[in-house]
Amino acid sequence: MAAAEFDIPEIKDYIEVPKLREGAMAHAKTFIAPQAVQDFMGYPHELADNWKESALEKMGDLLGKYRSLKVFLDACVHCGACTDKCHYYLGTSDPKNMPVARQDLMRQVYRRYFTTAGKLFPKLVGAKDLTKDVLDDWYNYYHQCSECRRCSVFCPYGIDTAEITMAGREILNHIGMGQKYSNEILGKVQKIGNNLGLPGPALLDTLEGLEEDIEADTGVAVKMPIDVKGAEVLLVTPSADFFSEPHVESLIGYAKVFHAAGISWTLSTHASEAGNFGLFNGNYETMRKVAMRIRDAALELGVKRIVVGECGHAWRVAYSFWNTLTGIGYGADDPFSIELQKQLDPNYPQPQHICELTNDLIKSGQIKVDPSLNDDLIVTYHDSCNVARASRMGTEPGGQFTIPRELIKSVVNNFHNMADDTIYESTFCCGGGGGLLTDDLMEVRVKGALPRATALNNVVKEHQVNFMATICAICKAQFTKVLPKYGFDMSMVGGVHQLVSKAIKLD
Amino acid sequence: MPMVNIAGKDYEVDEEGYLIDLSQWNEDIAKYMAVEEKVDLTEGHWEVVNFLREYYAEYQIAPAVRVLTKAIGKKLGPDKGNNKYLYELFPYGPAKQACKIAGLPKPTGCI
Ligand code: SF4
Ligand code: SF4
Repeated sequence: MAAAEFDIPEIKDYIEVPKLREGAMAHAKTFIAPQAVQDFMGYPHELADNWKESALEKMGDLLGKYRSLKVFLDACVHCGACTDKCHYYLGTSDPKNMPVARQDLMRQVYRRYFTTAGKLFPKLVGAKDLTKDVLDDWYNYYHQCSECRRCSVFCPYGIDTAEITMAGREILNHIGMGQKYSNEILGKVQKIGNNLGLPGPALLDTLEGLEEDIEADTGVAVKMPIDVKGAEVLLVTPSADFFSEPHVESLIGYAKVFHAAGISWTLSTHASEAGNFGLFNGNYETMRKVAMRIRDAALELGVKRIVVGECGHAWRVAYSFWNTLTGIGYGADDPFSIELQKQLDPNYPQPQHICELTNDLIKSGQIKVDPSLNDDLIVTYHDSCNVARASRMGTEPGGQFTIPRELIKSVVNNFHNMADDTIYESTFCCGGGGGLLTDDLMEVRVKGALPRATALNNVVKEHQVNFMATICAICKAQFTKVLPKYGFDMSMVGGVHQLVSKAIKLD
Repeated sequence: MPMVNIAGKDYEVDEEGYLIDLSQWNEDIAKYMAVEEKVDLTEGHWEVVNFLREYYAEYQIAPAVRVLTKAIGKKLGPDKGNNKYLYELFPYGPAKQACKIAGLPKPTGCI
């Protein structure tokens, strides 16, 4: 790819706070969505003469709708605690990638037009007119935030920069500055059923091929059922699991788990995507439309359980939003939601994470595993940000950290955590989340991965770790692409169910 | 959108150089794209490119990586039916780089 060249940061012994380099990433601008993409989403594709008024109107609308946005814009005392907590700042040295500075891009405009002091004495309170330059900063720096929420963990007021980024992107879309990558994908998922745009026949062909592979490999006819009415479980998983390496290894792992446990399950062509980029855009209506496909498929297929595969933000949307968006779980009270809730089995969490399902099956002895089959591996685990900081798993607090680790430890004999300040709720984003997993942001992605690469490097040196497991399609794609720039082999990244797949006993 | 002119013929491409109109594809544009991608086209490359085009004509999407490796293994021998061989041919990633040379749209998603 004829991408612009840039320096790869050097991995040091510890994650260092860099010296400020003003404007270091001002050139990093992700491609703007073209007309056809924006038309489908119902957004304009270029700035109109009155863009400023439209932007401010939208901002007022969001401030009214989301109280948290207003609170976050009001509450910051510029204490500085968040400044060195963002992987993009740590990797790029650009001061505008400090969380507080990212917030200030919107805060200055908020103060100017929505507070009395800012209207009267703008200079005194750091208020600024919404100019084209400010708007361009919004576009560039709201697409250098992966909405990972790490900064919010360290803010004494819990200010969540991700929410400000989402609002920024929503306003930008509204006035015609959408991002090509995310919006193109939102078009594909709504037209075809998944982010990749895999039509049903291609999906069927792919799954058939995988069934052949598993049988050739194990001698056991493990199936990949799709659109099977009356199956017990509907599995929704990121479409990357069908398409890419190493993702597909986890898909094979899920299939083996269902096979070994004797649970009838199905995929769906209509809902062949767990991911929901509506979240990244901060648009509730888009998020609802995408999530609705899963409810429709569940009703159509008559399943009793809904299980979500290895996808970070999908799990956040499923765990935190599906109840109100679609009535999966409990919440929505329209006739279809009520019907679905009657249909779903109350003995299981709805939705359930695949890690919880597999972990329970292993603990209860319903499936057998032999961890020594993974003895070639020394494993660490990367907590994906949306799982870690925006959801939970299982019944105990912190289950989103303990369940994947318990599961890994039951299928491998060698496991080491990375440094404490880089895991659990302090986990560093892979650098490609939140709609940034696109080639036109490669510099941002590579540099943003520096903190994780540093932590990984330390366990490689100390414990000879040779595999980093994760439960997110974006993390897998991002790491296999950027870690080689830091000298790691791409095959050292993979899913938790890739490990399960190797250790599970099928007969 | 940018234009590329090869042997007197105009081709429209997107910001990243992917062909807009699939039906315009021919060996000239494939060779041009390969130079852009710093790929020296060998017989192995052409096998991949041709398979991508056939698959796309049938399914309107590029093949999944597994589908591709298997097909190439069948054509060129089992030692070549793996991801490593494909990365040797297309260092930036078979899905994206080979698709470009084959005139297919770039596969995007969480990949
Ligand atoms: S949400 Fe994550 S990416 Fe965004 S500013 Fe905070 S730490 Fe950085
Ligand atoms: S930690 Fe919170 S209050 Fe302190 S500067 Fe950052 S956002 Fe503002």
